[in-house]
Amino acid sequence: MSELEPGAASAAALTVNGIRREVPPEEADLSLLEYLRDVLGLTGTKNGCAVGACGSCTVVVNGQARRSCRTKVSEVLGKDVLTIEGLERPDGELHPIQQAFVDAGAIQCGFCTPGMVMSAYALLARDPSPDRQAIRTALSGNLCRCTGYQQIVDAVELAARRMREDGA
Amino acid sequence: MANETIPAFRNDARAKVTGRAQYADDIRLLGMAHAVPVYTRFVRAENLRVDVSAARAAPGVLGVFTAADVPGQVRFGQIVRDYPMLAEGTIRFEGEVIALVVAETRRQALAAASLVVEHAEELPPVTDPEAALAPGAPVVRWGGDDNLANHGRVRRGDAAAALASCDLVVDETFSTQAVEHAYMEPESAVAIPRPDGMLEIRGSMQHPFSTRRFVAALLGLPLADVEVVSTTTGGGFGGKDDTAAIVCARAALAARKLGRPVKLTYDREWSFRESYKRHPYRLRYRVGFSKDGTARAAEIDMLCDSGAYTSVTPWVNWRSTAQCCGPYYVDAVRMDIRAAATNNVFTGAMRGFGSPQVNWAIEQIMDIAAERLGISPLEIRRKNMVKQDGPTITGQRLDNHVVSLGQVMDTVVRDSGYEAKLARCSRGKAEKGELYGIGLAISYRGASLGAEGLDYCSAVVNVQADGSVLLDAAIHENGQGAESVQMLILARELGLPVERIRRQWSSTSRIPDGGTTVATRGTLMGGGAVAQAARELKKLMAETLADELGDPASIRFEGGRVGVPGGPSLTWEEAAARMYDRRVYPYAFGTFRAPPVSWDERTGQGDAYFTFVYSCQAAEVSVDAATGRIRLLALWAAHDVGRAINRPLTLGQAYGGMVQAAGMALMEDLAPVGGRIGNRNLDRYKIPRARDIPEIRCTLVENPDPNSPTGAKGIGEPAVELLAPAIANAVYNATGIRCRDLPIRLDPEVLK
Repeated sequence: MSELEPGAASAAALTVNGIRREVPPEEADLSLLEYLRDVLGLTGTKNGCAVGACGSCTVVVNGQARRSCRTKVSEVLGKDVLTIEGLERPDGELHPIQQAFVDAGAIQCGFCTPGMVMSAYALLARDPSPDRQAIRTALSGNLCRCTGYQQIVDAVELAARRMREDGA
Repeated sequence: MANETIPAFRNDARAKVTGRAQYADDIRLLGMAHAVPVYTRFVRAENLRVDVSAARAAPGVLGVFTAADVPGQVRFGQIVRDYPMLAEGTIRFEGEVIALVVAETRRQALAAASLVVEHAEELPPVTDPEAALAPGAPVVRWGGDDNLANHGRVRRGDAAAALASCDLVVDETFSTQAVEHAYMEPESAVAIPRPDGMLEIRGSMQHPFSTRRFVAALLGLPLADVEVVSTTTGGGFGGKDDTAAIVCARAALAARKLGRPVKLTYDREWSFRESYKRHPYRLRYRVGFSKDGTARAAEIDMLCDSGAYTSVTPWVNWRSTAQCCGPYYVDAVRMDIRAAATNNVFTGAMRGFGSPQVNWAIEQIMDIAAERLGISPLEIRRKNMVKQDGPTITGQRLDNHVVSLGQVMDTVVRDSGYEAKLARCSRGKAEKGELYGIGLAISYRGASLGAEGLDYCSAVVNVQADGSVLLDAAIHENGQGAESVQMLILARELGLPVERIRRQWSSTSRIPDGGTTVATRGTLMGGGAVAQAARELKKLMAETLADELGDPASIRFEGGRVGVPGGPSLTWEEAAARMYDRRVYPYAFGTFRAPPVSWDERTGQGDAYFTFVYSCQAAEVSVDAATGRIRLLALWAAHDVGRAINRPLTLGQAYGGMVQAAGMALMEDLAPVGGRIGNRNLDRYKIPRARDIPEIRCTLVENPDPNSPTGAKGIGEPAVELLAPAIANAVYNATGIRCRDLPIRLDPEVLK
């Protein structure tokens, strides 16, 4: 994601959705969630509990799903942060995981959706062919009160299949 | 994929999956100040005095407001105006807000909140509903001389005499717990004083019109001076009415006082502490049967905890009254339900609304009776279930729609292989340390408000000169897909692709109050109003264009064309433009008024609801004989929804409701101690996770309902009201242990 050369990130910067961000000292102590929402205005990442229990704030840091409410900005300096806003292609085409959530009816109130999509992104990056139980396990850090998870599991399965077929 | 593969339609799916959907806390405005609540440290106390001087002097603080600053009514409520939006005089539960601190930043407001000083005389809380109703109990109910918040009843025949002559009397006592809604988005509101003198509210809420009533009451404003704008809402499940509206009202108070936009966003702990819960019930049932399994009489006593304030307790109790015998006809019934005011967190609307509690009891009683009489759980249900053209226990005759209780039960029995699986249940004999069981439950649910309220709704269809269509309706999108259903209904009525329709952002200033988005009435009433508006529009267009197209009665709106089949026709776009040419607006206002219902409070008899939804669900469980841990293996459902307008979303409602019920059955319990909730966040209050839930199979049964303009009934609440007893019956069939209290807990010692 980063446009930087490897190792070029200074200690007081991070990359968010491919854009390098200098971090002044007063922002390094913020939680990554506060930083994304209040400093960068990236409000797609949600605050559901602030104690790391619900997964609504999940983002991907260097390929791993991470709860941004329990992560300090200082912990991710020099790293690549990917949020829900960074998944859609510049031409407006949805990422296959996003499209699958739309098609499978995996969205209701939508508050858990960004976190779910980011957890699914991290899962499919490490396992392109998870079975339904593996999907359930990978998403168990993300609470949803609307869907009963059935169509979310459907969506991730559908996305995995489409991504394998497209070689994405 | 395990179930349906039809692509889902949602007008907000793209916004939600890209993170662009704007929930209240995502709103940022220039000059916006931040408010936070200050909670009482007491559960019950009198002579409240609040000293805000130190907080007022703290850095960044713009204002600190208490009940003394309220220009309108401090107290409001949907039935009894007893809830103090800011605490005044007496503290009745730990969620009372004694002050609102507003500062330039949230951090500053939080820091100043800790400087508010509270004085009051603490009193011992009354937390047991039975003790609250005992003679001589301290009176904790606002404005009352006792703690009886409500009393409902059914009097049908002579139940005592009939019970005495029964071959078998099942006498059982059950209890249900307080449940948190746990919508993923905590409450949040933004109030904006507008240059036109109006106050605009955007917030997370179940129902904009209810919110407007709370805001106008607190500020002493006419309803027309407050505009509540529909805002993306992160779940409600009945839980975003009173409390969410009060959060909006407090933000409005601060905005009004300061002349600036104010945001008030709740953190999860505040939401748990202050928001109302599902009513805990204690239920004693004595049900008499004849040898052949016919239920002949029932004496029923229910006691529920209303908590500190009334909210909608009488309405919740009313549904428990009308449906007290579940979906069964019993000839003689004496039923009483009492609600006690206590110092526990108040209780109110939650998806199910008084039916999950009674179904928890009656659906276990049916299995208990069947076993004692030596007949099958299916046979006893078939024998007693309400029938086509037959009566209900409230004396209503079910003759205006298809009564499909047998059909939905047969569907689940077939889909799940219930009978073969029932035969191989473990019944306490473990194999390899595991016990297996299957159980089912059935229900009928009165659709919409019934005799609890005035039931009507409105919609507006506004066709533009280019043929694009604006739609508005008075049912709010809580996340369930209400707007998408409305758009699909309109598209089908007008014979247009759904892409031609734009569901406009609604507000309380743009459309008349259509009643709350509750009671599984969104599709039935909101969709019904859309269908009526579409029919008004078609009539207007057909009459206006008759000279060109022919007999108005023969004009059809199909496939993007308007005209008489085989005769002249116009494209939809041409027809829309012609309307403007003739100076007739292609605009229609439609209303749907629910058919009449009736109720006699003294006897609990009447036509309670104008139609019913019929449901059956089953659960398969495995119990670890060493630990008592219960694992769900599979869940099954069939619901007669009338007509499924948006099939994937209808299924989504079923799945989600069932999993909420599974949480209620196996995991969730607020269990306040001394009126204090200990598990105030999602790390300690456990709700189901993806790995706790098995695959779910739901079959939608469709008998279009003649009372509904679209044929559709609903699914939101039927989905949640019967899985807990199905799981309890499965646990019994696995272990031989009958669990009467929620959540279900198995003592491993007893399993040995």
